[in-house]
Amino acid sequence: MLNVHPGLPSFDYILPGSLAEASAFLAQHKDDARPFMGGTDIFVRMRDGFGDYRYLVDVKKLDGMDAIHFDPLEGLTLGAAVDMNRVISSDAIRDHYPLLVEATSKVASYQLRSRATIAGNICNGSPAGDTIGACLLLDASLKVHGLQGFRIEPLDSFFLGPGQTKLGPGDILTAIKLQAPAEGMVGRYIKLGRNQASDLAIVGVTAVGYPDRDRPSGYRIRLALASVAPVPLLVDEVETYLSGEPVTEERIAGAARIAQEACSPISDVRAGARYREMMVRNLSQQALYSVWKSLEAAH
Amino acid sequence: MANHTITLKINGELERLEVASNLTLLGMLRQKLTLTGTKNGCHAGECGACTVLMNGEPVNSCLVLAAECDGADIVTVEGLAQIGRLDPVQEAVKDAGGVQCGFCTPGVLISAHALLERSPDPSEEEIKDALVGNLCRCTGYFRIIDGIKQAANL
Repeated sequence: MLNVHPGLPSFDYILPGSLAEASAFLAQHKDDARPFMGGTDIFVRMRDGFGDYRYLVDVKKLDGMDAIHFDPLEGLTLGAAVDMNRVISSDAIRDHYPLLVEATSKVASYQLRSRATIAGNICNGSPAGDTIGACLLLDASLKVHGLQGFRIEPLDSFFLGPGQTKLGPGDILTAIKLQAPAEGMVGRYIKLGRNQASDLAIVGVTAVGYPDRDRPSGYRIRLALASVAPVPLLVDEVETYLSGEPVTEERIAGAARIAQEACSPISDVRAGARYREMMVRNLSQQALYSVWKSLEAAH
Repeated sequence: MANHTITLKINGELERLEVASNLTLLGMLRQKLTLTGTKNGCHAGECGACTVLMNGEPVNSCLVLAAECDGADIVTVEGLAQIGRLDPVQEAVKDAGGVQCGFCTPGVLISAHALLERSPDPSEEEIKDALVGNLCRCTGYFRIIDGIKQAANL
């Protein structure tokens, strides 16, 4: 039930001095404490009466959360507290991961992106997250700090259901790691919203491709879908299909139909399920075609 | 609920305040400092009526906690005009007819200021992009965009 009023419900704002302190506090209060970054999802939920947290733990200022580090062999380490505008304007990310810039630029508005983070987008665990498809297709892994210290979680098994991730009590996402981009990689993110900007995705399609001589088609082309399944959806069948034979317009159309088969959208306030399914097919077609043409042009 | 003592700069003035954990920056500006130029439109970070500059960047103040603002540098619409004079962006948007009810205007001006700071000669696309998060029900945006173009050309 919507409980719209101008303020936030009562809670305690906690500012821990270290990751160890933060994880310990979160674990100790595992039923009523939650970490937050920009707060752009959680404050809205709380204002609407969802999310009854007694403690909100600010983890933005902790060690290493703010850094962007690129190494040509290691890839990118993106601190969890880096806001989306910083991601978009980072030379390292623009040069090496333009797909991530494209996807992040489609989130909400400039002022929201001053506070929102890709880490928060991931931890919020919404299948509609604009940046998640790009992270999946860039083979992201997550550096998580918990009671046992640091560990690495692969992103492709991180989501368990709508709003549910593998994070447990005491866990804090500290950095997102992307592998060094494959040679000649191109990507595309297409977002369908009720308007041209600032809405949540009705359907989000992310596609990447790069030359791969080990495959009969000569390319590795991959697809991820937002907002049309309980979790952000990596459609492996599209990759398999577009690996096996040379890519043609007919194969692209076939891949788009495979994407349509793979998704399982619901009807909600933004769109109906049947419409979403049809848009998955159309937009997958567009995104895959765009990636394929870019790859061909580069040859 | 815990209280927090914060020290921050607001429109150039140093302020020291005690704030409850759940008080937003928007709430603090309006209720504790009577800076009512900044408006509450949706309290969900969608309309931009609450936009202020925080450390030079526009933010939705309805989604920032006052407690997070310790050490911050905040500029609201009240901080734009010099004594006795509107600033060039205010003047230009006004002269272009970009103000009707005026409710979106403070947020628009803050977003416009930040845009011209980072991109002094923006294209129309860039202006529209910068205003994505500032909803206006009155003007249809055309005269707001014109005003910002005029301000950029100064």
